Amino acid sequence: MRIARYIAFRLLGVVIVLLVVTAITYVIFYLLPSNPAQLSCGKPCTPENLARAKEYLGLNLPWYGQLWEFLKGIVVGRSFGAGTGTIVCSAPCLGYSFQLSTPVTELILTHFPVTASIAVGAAVLWLVTGVLGGTIAAVRRGKGADKAIMTVAIAGVSAPAYLVGMLLILLFGFRLGWLPTGGYEPLTEDPVGWFLHLILPWCALAFISAAVYARLTRGELLEQFGQDYVRTARAKGLTERVVVVRHGLRNALIPVVTIFGLDLGTLLGGAVITERVFSMQGIGSLLITAIGTLDLQVVVGVTLFSAILIAVANVIVDIVYGIIDPRVRAA
Amino acid sequence: MTEGAVSPQHREPVLRVRDLSISFAQQGEADRVVDRVGFTLYSGQVLALVGESGSGKSVTAMSVLGLLPDSATVSGSIELNGNELVGAPGAELRRVRGGLIGTVFQEPMSAFDPVFPIGRQIAEAINVHRPIRAKAELRARVEELLATVGLPDSRRIAASYPHELSGGQLQRAMIAMAISCDPVAIIADEPTTALDVTVQAGILDLLRSLRDTRDTAILLITHDMGVVADLADDVLVMRAGEVVERGPVETVFAAPTSDYTKRLLAAVPTLAELDVATVTEATPVVAAGIEAEIEAQPDASADDAAVLANASVVFHRRGVAVRAVDGVSFEIGRSEVVGLVGESGSGKSTIGRALAGLVPIVEGRATVAGVQLAGSSRRLRRDIRSRIGYVFQDPASSLNPRNRVGDSIAEPLMVHTGMSRAERADRVSDLLRQVSLPLDFAERYPHELSGGQRQRVAIARALALEPRLLIADEPTSALDVSVQASVLDLLQELQRRLGFACLFISHDLAVVRRLADSVVVLRDGRVVERGDAASVLAAPSDPYTKRLLAAAPVADPEAQTARREAWRLLEEIA
Repeated sequence: MRIARYIAFRLLGVVIVLLVVTAITYVIFYLLPSNPAQLSCGKPCTPENLARAKEYLGLNLPWYGQLWEFLKGIVVGRSFGAGTGTIVCSAPCLGYSFQLSTPVTELILTHFPVTASIAVGAAVLWLVTGVLGGTIAAVRRGKGADKAIMTVAIAGVSAPAYLVGMLLILLFGFRLGWLPTGGYEPLTEDPVGWFLHLILPWCALAFISAAVYARLTRGELLEQFGQDYVRTARAKGLTERVVVVRHGLRNALIPVVTIFGLDLGTLLGGAVITERVFSMQGIGSLLITAIGTLDLQVVVGVTLFSAILIAVANVIVDIVYGIIDPRVRAA
Repeated sequence: MTEGAVSPQHREPVLRVRDLSISFAQQGEADRVVDRVGFTLYSGQVLALVGESGSGKSVTAMSVLGLLPDSATVSGSIELNGNELVGAPGAELRRVRGGLIGTVFQEPMSAFDPVFPIGRQIAEAINVHRPIRAKAELRARVEELLATVGLPDSRRIAASYPHELSGGQLQRAMIAMAISCDPVAIIADEPTTALDVTVQAGILDLLRSLRDTRDTAILLITHDMGVVADLADDVLVMRAGEVVERGPVETVFAAPTSDYTKRLLAAVPTLAELDVATVTEATPVVAAGIEAEIEAQPDASADDAAVLANASVVFHRRGVAVRAVDGVSFEIGRSEVVGLVGESGSGKSTIGRALAGLVPIVEGRATVAGVQLAGSSRRLRRDIRSRIGYVFQDPASSLNPRNRVGDSIAEPLMVHTGMSRAERADRVSDLLRQVSLPLDFAERYPHELSGGQRQRVAIARALALEPRLLIADEPTSALDVSVQASVLDLLQELQRRLGFACLFISHDLAVVRRLADSVVVLRDGRVVERGDAASVLAAPSDPYTKRLLAAAPVADPEAQTARREAWRLLEEIA
């Protein structure tokens, strides 16, 4: 019962955060010296045409009026224009791209699988390698393995994603020809192609994040090793492996899980650089293109979508946190 | 020194340590922390390793379990039931840990893994050495163990996480874990140091009964002479890695041979002899009487350093109001030392903080140096701090590690006075002189000082503004006894010379007795007894004060036996 109330409370918070994010995005684009109506006004652009275009796009309203129409559209759907030229955008309507003649919701749905494929695969890869590497480094503190792992980790932390991505393409794509240099195959149509196309993006993304996770895991684990209960665990006669994994790692992973949830949430909202480097049409590419063409509706819709992912990830992290750390459950 | 000086009734040798030396490699050099230590532990015997910090007592104990860090080099011999443990393979040592030797550590709050229930952690220990496959049987065994150590609500305790239990319950659970595989010996490393005296008395009683009923050998590591007098059969006094004295506890306490032991014993603050008959005599609860007495008190004179009248402090935790201090009244007269005693959670530190204006008083009245605290503005409460000096428990964390000692002492002068740099430097020198520290300490950093020296610095800082009231919150609990004695001497001498009033907050009745003119005893945020120190501590009238007094161990085995009896009787009454 208490947990249900807690979750309801958190979801309310999420809704408020999302409203604020949407409002800010709207205001920023309202203040920009751009005129979307001009673009869809047609030639010659007479003042009447412009006014009609504005009304058609809903731009005749003040910013809060536009925001209200947008929010209403999410719940009940909306339509643009009247008569035969009416464009219907059914709920949940995150806006309509007049440049692409597609509802934003549909754009997101077609681009999301690409981003999700990149993000989830990369996240699993970096979590496993990062935690494993960090654990080995912590257990072998000061020894060769520790130094080697931490050296690679420093390289990973300092390497930009596009550089790692391009080097991978150069080596495995062009030089060795083992893997495709870019693009995407849907999982449902060509599972093997899907996998082959994703290997390089996964590695490029995971290399950097795994480095961060390895450093974090190592630091946390070393701190746990100094704790009294690790000494107690050893004094019980447990083997070192059980001490490290059950008592050390279990506690060390609490902060790691927190960051993992947020990282994954962020990445699902668009792996901008990776998608560009590997020419994949994900959410990140969609957003960048929309910003370039001043496609306000797409920008707002995608921003809101990303914000939802991050906010939901946050809530999930907090709930998981309560499950893995009983002290949090009590508070 | 021979090893034969043990009481004759223990004949079965369990653990034999010979010529044990331990060094730690530090920047290429070997730092020897234990030097040719030898002792024999017999079944059914409690052998106490006593010493101050740095004596090597804990390192010695950990070496028995093979739990020293990799940088340690161990030489000599440790034989458990005739098997050599020095240089033994890992598997052999793991069989010993938890299987043949159970361990009880100092901080029960941090000695359990916070993410697993207590029962599961005890079951884990059982399954390492004597696996029980059937879940129900394992659970029954865990509950049985918890009941054995005096936790009757064993099912609930087993399902609880460490943060849901008290320190006393956790330490009992830790002992349950230590005996779970019927070990031949238990290593108890400062098992009661983090606990309140009344809880401590129960734990010591439990260890004693384990020795008597199971014939378990106990290696007790402690710095507390009272605990030694209470529990130990034989004593080994260590100093800087060497054994300086050994023998049966009565002999060592009655006629110590080494100068160090003599000094150590002399440094322990004492309590008045407890008259078992009067203490255990049932007295009517006089709480109502105390209330009336408080009411009848004349208005505080302006001369008082501090007055609390019916003062309450309330904290809000998750929407629930907790009265940490509940209608407390007492006054601290000019140049008077008031001892504020109570166990953890009694509200004694909160009162100190409230008097310093650090937490607001929500009800009642409080004045410090004639200024009304309750309902006063934040700004006024801040100004009051210039008339108050504050000394905290842990000098290691109450001094900014990145500031030179001189700057720390000068900081209050900078905040509250318009002194020039030269004037401040003069005052710092003057203060260092008063706390008997060399003047060049002003240029040092806290980590370059010992614990006692750091506490002297904290006292100098507290006295910088010539306060009317000094609040000392457990100023010596983090210090070794011999250092504690000198700091108490210093406080007493300064108080007499400078004439400031002092609120001395402590859980240690003997320390309070040494310093305080009058005593206020707190329990659960309320005053249960107050009066002049000599009479309250010699003939307490409140049942709680009596139990508190009886539970405090004294460094005299004979007197301690009497106190233990008194405590048991009081526990039965309560």
